[in-house]
Amino acid sequence: MSLKIADVHRIAHLARIELTDAEAQVRMDQLNDILAMIEQIGRVDTKGIVPMSHPLDGVQRLRADAVSESPDRERNLRNAPAQQDGLFLVPRVIE
Amino acid sequence: MTAPQQPKTAGAGSGAGRDELSHATAAELGALLDRKQVSSVELARHFLDRMERHKDLNAFLDVRPEVTLAQARAADERRARGESGGLLGVPIAHKDVFVTRDWSTTASSRILKGYMSPFDATVVEELGRAGMVCLGKLNCDEFAMGSSNENSAYGNVLNPWDKQAVPGGSSGGSAAAVAARIAPMATATDTGGSIREPGAFSGIMGTKPTYGRPSRWGMIAFASSLDTAGLLTLSAQDCALGFNAMLAFDPKDSTSVDRPREDFTRALDIDCKGLRIGVPSEFFGSGLEPEVEACVRAALREYEAMGAKLVDVSLPNAALGIPVYYVVASAEASSNLSRYDGVRYGFRAEHYEDLLDMMRKSRSQGFGQEVKRRILIGTYVLSHGYYDAYFLQASRVRRVIADEFQRAFQQCDVIAGPVTTGVAFGFGEKTSDPVAMYLADLYTVPSSLAGIPATSIPCGFGRAGRPVGLHLMANHFDEARMLGVAHRFQQATDWHKRVPAGY
Repeated sequence: MSLKIADVHRIAHLARIELTDAEAQVRMDQLNDILAMIEQIGRVDTKGIVPMSHPLDGVQRLRADAVSESPDRERNLRNAPAQQDGLFLVPRVIE
Repeated sequence: MTAPQQPKTAGAGSGAGRDELSHATAAELGALLDRKQVSSVELARHFLDRMERHKDLNAFLDVRPEVTLAQARAADERRARGESGGLLGVPIAHKDVFVTRDWSTTASSRILKGYMSPFDATVVEELGRAGMVCLGKLNCDEFAMGSSNENSAYGNVLNPWDKQAVPGGSSGGSAAAVAARIAPMATATDTGGSIREPGAFSGIMGTKPTYGRPSRWGMIAFASSLDTAGLLTLSAQDCALGFNAMLAFDPKDSTSVDRPREDFTRALDIDCKGLRIGVPSEFFGSGLEPEVEACVRAALREYEAMGAKLVDVSLPNAALGIPVYYVVASAEASSNLSRYDGVRYGFRAEHYEDLLDMMRKSRSQGFGQEVKRRILIGTYVLSHGYYDAYFLQASRVRRVIADEFQRAFQQCDVIAGPVTTGVAFGFGEKTSDPVAMYLADLYTVPSSLAGIPATSIPCGFGRAGRPVGLHLMANHFDEARMLGVAHRFQQATDWHKRVPAGY
């Protein structure tokens, strides 16, 4: 199954990536090449096989619900593209 | 003789010479420091000078000599207080995916240009605790996605063996720096082969430990179920020493394996007599360059001469590693990279209409082509209606591949083969065909999916005089034996001592 232009635009929207129509065309061809390569995995009979999400089948470790460190506000804000009064600035969201 | 920048060597007339310093392994530098034949400050200056001289390689992204020299002075003070041995005072450089407080960290992406981390990655911290002196941050493929270092937002890295050739990727800067003896050791990261492939292409040793052994804390995330920190070194012994320092349980990493520290040098003197080396026929297929095969077969004969036994093993689905990898790694990447939205850190587009548009434009202008490609693939394979057929199926085939390794290890102690199908390729040769580029990792991806330790050892030269790597893979937590097997080869051969002309 191969992707159509509308699919590429839908995926790009989900991924928050902007594509011009010309870019979408190039992307579509590349993605279809990659997906054609990926299709091979369908050949393997995997009935009864548990998907592997961690190479050692580890499980999420829990930690004690205790204070460990406190964020350093100034340091954490230092890399923000826009900030004011200790807050991250973004365009207006609610009118 | 005119050598105005010759580092001052310690008195008593027994000072170490320039080449001796440049071409020494980390272990040898440690020994020179122990014997007071050189100081850490002198070593740091020496390698900073070399870095300056070989700037054209473009291996480094951020260098701050004043920080490096301060670390070197601290190491000298520790020695003066009576500490000694190991890697105390020996220089190292870090791949730019490890965050550092004192150097910027960009993962070679425009989206993180100038980013200053509030903390050091655990790997950086552990190596610093061992007294290693950081020379700076190393170029790589953007977010470690690539096999040639051509995806860096900060330019290509050249291969010191042949400047027309790529150094490999994604840890291309790490490989070039060590191969050119600008750094005696460098950190790197492996998600699908990003340590071993550049190791092979650059004629040095590249080793990834078992997944979960090195901490991922402070390592910029690409694919969290695969990302593994490792080292590029000049010898197996150096790798063992480096692993002693950097492999430790870290409560800050939720997938860190809780095991006690180990001495990875303990099996360096392993006897290869009776060692069973598994040779998978699938790794010697039709796509393999004959010169690469010849070098690898010669290395296997070397092991036979040492008493090892070659055993035929089979990894029937290893070739599906590439498609499985491009589903799993892209899916995880699309999720991990959703954090770059132009709000809390990183690049923000200049012109936009609203919040959504700001995020979209910031990501589109901040990410490079390959990163966007993988985010799109990852988003698609996780999207409604495709998750089962792609992501779940890939995760199941991943287990099939991992189980095949377990069956193979019932018949052998280590698995050996080529690292890559060919020697380093030229710039631009594969950039227009993503699938061809992905196949560069054909032999490295399966062991990454299985999470087992693996290494690339220099074992000769192929087409156009470019280096070839021998691939060794071992079972989970069997790093010490794997390094011992590698060390034996390095005692019997001198491929790892070859230095590219002009360095």
